[in-house]
Amino acid sequence: MSLLTATFAFLFYIATAILVIFVARKIWIYAQTPAPLKIPTTPAPTTRAGVAFRMVKEVTIFESLFKSNKWIWLFGWIFHFGLFLVLLRHLRYFIDPVWGWVAFIQPFGKYAAFMMIIGLAGLLARRILVDRVRYISAPSDHLMLLLLIAIGVSGALMTFVEHTDIVSLKSFLIGLMTFAWATEAGLTNMPNDVILIVHLSLVVLLMIIFPFSKLLHAPGVFFSPTRNQVDNPREQRHVADWAKKLDSNKAN
Amino acid sequence: MAAAEFDTPKLKEYPVIPRLQEGVMKHSQPYTAKSEFQEKLGFPGELVDNWQQVAIDKMGELNKKYRSLGVYLDSCVKCGACTDKCHYYLGTTDPKNMPVARQDLFRKVYRRYFTLPGKLFPKLVGAEDLTKEVLDDWYSYFHQCSQCRRCSVYCPYGIDTAEISMAAREVMDTVGVGQKYCNEIIGKAQTIGNNLGLPEPALIDTLEGLEEDVEEETGVKVRFPVDEKGADVLLITPSADFFAEPHIDGLIGYGKVFHQAGISWTLSSYASEAANFGMFIGSYENMQKLALRIRQAALDLGVKRIVFGECGHAWRVAYSFLNTLAGPFDFLDPDYPVPQHICEVTHGLINEGKLTLDPSLNDDMVITYHDSCNVARASRMGDTPGGQFEIPRNIIKAVCNNYVDMPSYSIKEGTYCCGGGGGLLTDDLIELRVKGAMPRMEALKNVVDEYGVTHMAAICAICKSQFSKVFPYYDFSMDQIISLHQLVSNAIVLTPENATEDNDGGNDTDDENQAEAA
Repeated sequence: MSLLTATFAFLFYIATAILVIFVARKIWIYAQTPAPLKIPTTPAPTTRAGVAFRMVKEVTIFESLFKSNKWIWLFGWIFHFGLFLVLLRHLRYFIDPVWGWVAFIQPFGKYAAFMMIIGLAGLLARRILVDRVRYISAPSDHLMLLLLIAIGVSGALMTFVEHTDIVSLKSFLIGLMTFAWATEAGLTNMPNDVILIVHLSLVVLLMIIFPFSKLLHAPGVFFSPTRNQVDNPREQRHVADWAKKLDSNKAN
Repeated sequence: MAAAEFDTPKLKEYPVIPRLQEGVMKHSQPYTAKSEFQEKLGFPGELVDNWQQVAIDKMGELNKKYRSLGVYLDSCVKCGACTDKCHYYLGTTDPKNMPVARQDLFRKVYRRYFTLPGKLFPKLVGAEDLTKEVLDDWYSYFHQCSQCRRCSVYCPYGIDTAEISMAAREVMDTVGVGQKYCNEIIGKAQTIGNNLGLPEPALIDTLEGLEEDVEEETGVKVRFPVDEKGADVLLITPSADFFAEPHIDGLIGYGKVFHQAGISWTLSSYASEAANFGMFIGSYENMQKLALRIRQAALDLGVKRIVFGECGHAWRVAYSFLNTLAGPFDFLDPDYPVPQHICEVTHGLINEGKLTLDPSLNDDMVITYHDSCNVARASRMGDTPGGQFEIPRNIIKAVCNNYVDMPSYSIKEGTYCCGGGGGLLTDDLIELRVKGAMPRMEALKNVVDEYGVTHMAAICAICKSQFSKVFPYYDFSMDQIISLHQLVSNAIVLTPENATEDNDGGNDTDDENQAEAA
């Protein structure tokens, strides 16, 4: 096993652990923390099924954002949908044999890289050009977009310009998942390509940053009380545990 | 902080997103609460010595008590969707009045003390220490948020700046920096029973006078009872309804509706206030204390229903929180929701044909309707989502022949706050109130010019007071804002027969109706 391979093997294990553990921890905290009052933004659904539908619209077509600003919606949606296709396409590097539907979306997933990049570029342009958005941007907000753009561009370069040894790469990745380094066969060396190294380094960085950054909006939206609560406060009391002791102040 | 000179914003034909002008509203701060009023509510009288630590501890505590806080502080991606949605930003052009920038005043401190990147790389992620300057900014700009939730409609994650500003105000109260207007009012409501500090004898006196006035005008004895045990309905209404204009005309309207429908009702001198300013300062405990007075009054008076008068944020607390804070209300008539809005009552009676209405009596007016923010985005009326938009409009259309809506971006869930909500309806914030009203004024001017609208109806005591005050700044006259139930009051045709019946045996009528309702 080359030094490069060993380094990336180590990085991927660490990054995956950080991503999974700290995102799970955040989700646990969100789930455990009460929302002591009913605060759905109304008009809101009056049933759980209605809330599920509201949430599905929120995370698939970005309903609220659409109401708000068509440019942000357009760039944001193009980026996220592109990213979604790209991620699905990348499943082919982690499964063998490749599932039929993953093979089917391969061409879409390839070109989705451009959706990603265009969407991100649009968002970055707004961040720089619109005075209101520039005002609210911290350095990390710009860097996050640049990081994602760099991942997208380096990935697209390998797809369309300078191919890497994808067979070795896949063997390396599956080896990581199956702990092949502990077996006699050993871990396949990953290709020693600059673009690939850049791409994977940035992905590792993204995985590590994720649980400590605004990327928490991904799990966060599901826990947002203004979006996930049923509008039924007159029918059902909604007393948080910490509020129960205050409840005894009540006359009968 | 006497009313500084300022320019009233110019109204444009179409809404224009203004360019940023940093710091132009930094000077806008309300008076701070004196120590006696702070201490009454369980807060320190003045800034405590180790205030930074106290504040940070409180932030940590709130973060554990309210999921909204942690989720909203973590999730914002700074996309900018909310930046042009706040009426205070549109009216003042101060960038810290953009919802996300307002949140960031709190978020940057949260990041510094509660997140890893903020501890390690504060500059990179926009994290900052909690300094006196930051606290000062909090005091300015968290008192420039009316908690109207317009931003939360447009945020892709539903981030509600109201939640953040409530938390920030609670932290400020906890370190001893409270706002005079809110905290004095909460004190009055908790001891005397209403925000105006109107004691029982004065209340009874006022309502007796009102009965006489209405009888003089209509020839019918419409009653305005206080503390009548055994009445069916306990009416909880903002105390401004007892004598402010145009609020009182709404109260007369409620009285006439109850009278004609033969519903026996009463006010309570113990709970003579619908408004619950506990919400504005984010204090669950203080909000609950006020809510419990309503429960107590309902128990003492032995009523069957609780109905709320026209008040925006009061209806939020009533509709969304009352059952949680002071329920269960299993001692009330299960056939009615608890609580009901007066508009739900009137709308129901209109549908049942129980009111005699002549809409031509309002023919001298062309009406538009201002959706009050907390009714529109934080509550509901009726059984279906959006009932809070349709029910008031249906009432207006039943009592008026001329009705026009303002432009769609400025009504219903997109409605602009009046500019005086959330504990800002005080003269020390008059510049903010005038400027914050600009988007609503622009939308109103639009229908005044285009359709000859003469009056705007509202169902919120704060909206009514705010508009009466700021209308003249925009060349409207203060009487162009009216209570929705004033329109009902104008259109109800009371027959003197009713009056005779009521005088001789008003209780009979009531009994019949009770039987019907049951």
